[in-house]
Amino acid sequence: MTDPVSITVHVNGTAHTRRVEPRLLLSDFLRHELGLTGTHVGCEHGVCGACTVLIDGRSARSCLTLAVMADGQDIETVEAQGTQEDLGRIQRAFRDHHALQCGFCTPGFLMTIADMLRHHPLENDEQIREALSGNLCRCTGYQNIVAAVRELASERGPIE
Amino acid sequence: MTQADISVELRPKLVGSRVKRTEDPRLLTGTGQYVDDIKLADMVHVAILRSDQPHALIREIRVGDTSSVPGLIGIYDWTDLEGEVRPAIPTSRMKGYYATPYWPLARGKVRYVGEPVVAVVADSRYAAEDALGLIEIDYEPLPFAIRQVDAVREDAPLLHEEAGTNVIVERTFMRGDIEDAIASAPVVVRGQFRMTRKTATSMECRSYLAEYDTRRRALTLWTSSNIPGIIRDALSDALDLPGSRMRVVAPDVGGSFGGKGSLYHEEMLVCLLARKLERPVKYVADRLEELSSSSQAFDQLIDGELAVARDGTFLGLRCDVIGDIGAYSIYPWTGGIEPVQVISFMPGPYKIEHYHGRVRAVLTPKPPTGPYRGVGRPSSTFAMERLIDMAARELGMDPADLRRHNLVSDGEFPYRTAPGIIWDQSAFQQCLAGAREAIGYDGLRVWQEQARAEGRWVGIGISSYAELTGIGSRIAVAPGMPINTGTETAIIRIDSTGAVEASFGIASHGQGLETTLAQVIADELGCAMDDVVVLQGDSSLVPMSSGTYASRSAVIAGGAATQASRALKGKVLRMAAHVMAEPVEDLEAERGWIRSRTSNAGMTFKEVARAVYLQMGTIPRDIREDLTVTETYDPFLGTACSSTHICVAEVDRETFGVRLLKYVVAEDCGRIINPMIVDGQVHGAVAQGIGAALLEEIVYDDEGQLVTASLADYLLPLASDVLDMQIVHIEAELPNNVGGFRGMGEGGTIGAPAAIANAISDALAPLGLGIQTLPATPERLFQLIRPHLNTLEENTK
Ligand code: FES
Ligand code: FES
Repeated sequence: MTDPVSITVHVNGTAHTRRVEPRLLLSDFLRHELGLTGTHVGCEHGVCGACTVLIDGRSARSCLTLAVMADGQDIETVEAQGTQEDLGRIQRAFRDHHALQCGFCTPGFLMTIADMLRHHPLENDEQIREALSGNLCRCTGYQNIVAAVRELASERGPIE
Repeated sequence: MTQADISVELRPKLVGSRVKRTEDPRLLTGTGQYVDDIKLADMVHVAILRSDQPHALIREIRVGDTSSVPGLIGIYDWTDLEGEVRPAIPTSRMKGYYATPYWPLARGKVRYVGEPVVAVVADSRYAAEDALGLIEIDYEPLPFAIRQVDAVREDAPLLHEEAGTNVIVERTFMRGDIEDAIASAPVVVRGQFRMTRKTATSMECRSYLAEYDTRRRALTLWTSSNIPGIIRDALSDALDLPGSRMRVVAPDVGGSFGGKGSLYHEEMLVCLLARKLERPVKYVADRLEELSSSSQAFDQLIDGELAVARDGTFLGLRCDVIGDIGAYSIYPWTGGIEPVQVISFMPGPYKIEHYHGRVRAVLTPKPPTGPYRGVGRPSSTFAMERLIDMAARELGMDPADLRRHNLVSDGEFPYRTAPGIIWDQSAFQQCLAGAREAIGYDGLRVWQEQARAEGRWVGIGISSYAELTGIGSRIAVAPGMPINTGTETAIIRIDSTGAVEASFGIASHGQGLETTLAQVIADELGCAMDDVVVLQGDSSLVPMSSGTYASRSAVIAGGAATQASRALKGKVLRMAAHVMAEPVEDLEAERGWIRSRTSNAGMTFKEVARAVYLQMGTIPRDIREDLTVTETYDPFLGTACSSTHICVAEVDRETFGVRLLKYVVAEDCGRIINPMIVDGQVHGAVAQGIGAALLEEIVYDDEGQLVTASLADYLLPLASDVLDMQIVHIEAELPNNVGGFRGMGEGGTIGAPAAIANAISDALAPLGLGIQTLPATPERLFQLIRPHLNTLEENTK
């Protein structure tokens, strides 16, 4: 163990300065230090994608990232996408298409899709399924998640 | 149909509509609350040192210098808990059964790699894990038999000496004269089928948090369980606490599929530690612990024989099954739950007169097997449906026609199967016909011929099955189990603000029961759906509860909701009649309004509630009724849910990987509460069946070590492994229960492995090969096909 170090992380637009152990995972930092429990942990070995957040706009596994590595960076978590009263666009598509059941994998999917919609072609189901294949869902069989993304991709149109 | 039913029929209904889920807003925004999201003041964390030995005596446990770990609070093994807890014993009335006791930590001996031995408590999980490194355990290894075929032998080393055997369950079901049926049949097909070990693998790992209230001397356990009521009763016995001081809450739960549907050591452990330390104690399994210590599933070896007449009539069926149940008989279901179910459901939805099914459940040094979506029937359906396809080939008959010839048909219900399951009226034939039509079966056979001519390995696979759902008090969900799982209590009350609060003993963990039960209540009570809050997943809500499992909640809780709503509506209308000075027979309630059919008078539920509770004197006290109702529903028997799956698969000639090209499910689940949710259940269950068929396998090596200890080794289906499926809902006669619902949460997992195995076998039929072991991984297929590759090349030259 090494001594705690001071870091400043911008999460959903707010700067948080904390002293943390260098080994602290970003997922634990978000969940337990900041109380942002929308980011979930399903495997802690980089396979399930439940812990996906955006780091400087790109999706990343917060369980494979140390909190100290996020020092000075912009993090976006599911809490930034919308509220219960005012769901964000991706969240609404998920609700309309019944793309969640237990909801545990859902925040990870929402963050992955936010990135994919900005950066990936998503022109057909094969591309959509490929884009989603870094996130595991055990409940839905993916069919309705694919349908939600199909709708989101169609209203977005092709990326430049 | 009763009067009440008709009035409900005439209105636009919520039941049957694609109502969006009430649960979604909180789950989509990260405001859901899973156990690990709960943070209590003074909370401490547990890490667990688990056995690295499959079978060994614990000689000594040594702890190094604890001052090196700041934040360490305590280290506990079983000796520290003696006298504070009684074991949980999964009793059963099964003859010759031995119930292995469950303790929070291994007691002097370990029986599988992953069994909890020592608990470390610290002020953070990081510190607790640091301290694991200080502990050394001296084991004296004992001999063991890791494979079921070895463990059943009489000279096999015993895991539980007290049992005197490793075979703790043995059952036989028979009808007719199977010997004669087989000896005299013109066609007999046989095979040995192996459904390998799986695990449910919900995305949320098992998580527990216990709090001890020193003032009330009461414990609360928050658990990621789908059976909080059963856990409450078990802990109440184990810790000697009345239910008033032992509460078990399942908040939002991140999936279970059965894997969180048994009592776990760690649930007992955190309660004991919280009481000992008088601080909240949290334990969250990591994925390695989840894969090596959560209940596992299936692992059946089935020798099957099917005797068939020339015209295709099934004459007799024999099966001999060895189920590998791991090191303990799981609480409360017993080790019989999976294997006994295999021989109970082996004949499936078919008419078979002569039957002999024998099963032995054998202990091996692995985590215990428990319920996993489908329980027993994924294995039995796989074996049975393979035998049927083998028979079709032998007879030169189309496999769909052979099924049609033998399925129980309208007019033959209720049908009693040889093992004693009673199928009530259900659309067995219509499901087969519906799936055939939807996938364009006859056209597909033509397409297949062409594809084969091009050298492609493509096949079509069918499976038909039925399951017993919504089982009432007449039958135990698990063999001989003395726990009642056949009733459900609904308490519905309207408070002084007009809000409707409905409490149940179920525990939703993805099924959307807060939505579907509110749909039922809003329809039956006549209130607005938005005014209904469904409370569930908490043992303190109703006097006796169990949870959500065995496809029971829609049927039994739906029935209780219906009855309670009808009774409450009676009260509301009687009170409204008095206030409105109208005859009660003229009143009708709809979407929160009570109106008279004969005048313009009307009032809201809220106004009725105010009149009853707040406006003294509006209703005379001798006729005033509280707006609360408690109703318990017991469907007594269960109801059949049936389905046919048809899929098209292609085996890649280069990679030996299997690709599914088409998938259709036709199913009869009775009256549908919410088609969107029903379809979602089918999608998810079929995906799990695809996993079981092609990807998922828990592997133990000869040393008893778990080889598939991460999600990179235990492969779950990805979005790119599955496909869009088509679902056909067959509207057939409704079952004879309140509401007309059938349970449908498990079926996909039952039908898919068999259908896929048949499709692959059909693809490989020109090579004379068939699938007998699942999953059909590329490696397995390569080994199967390799000896035939030369002949194949010759033929194609
Ligand atoms: S928790 Fe990070 S990928 Fe699974
Ligand atoms: S919704 Fe449960 S894991 Fe995806």
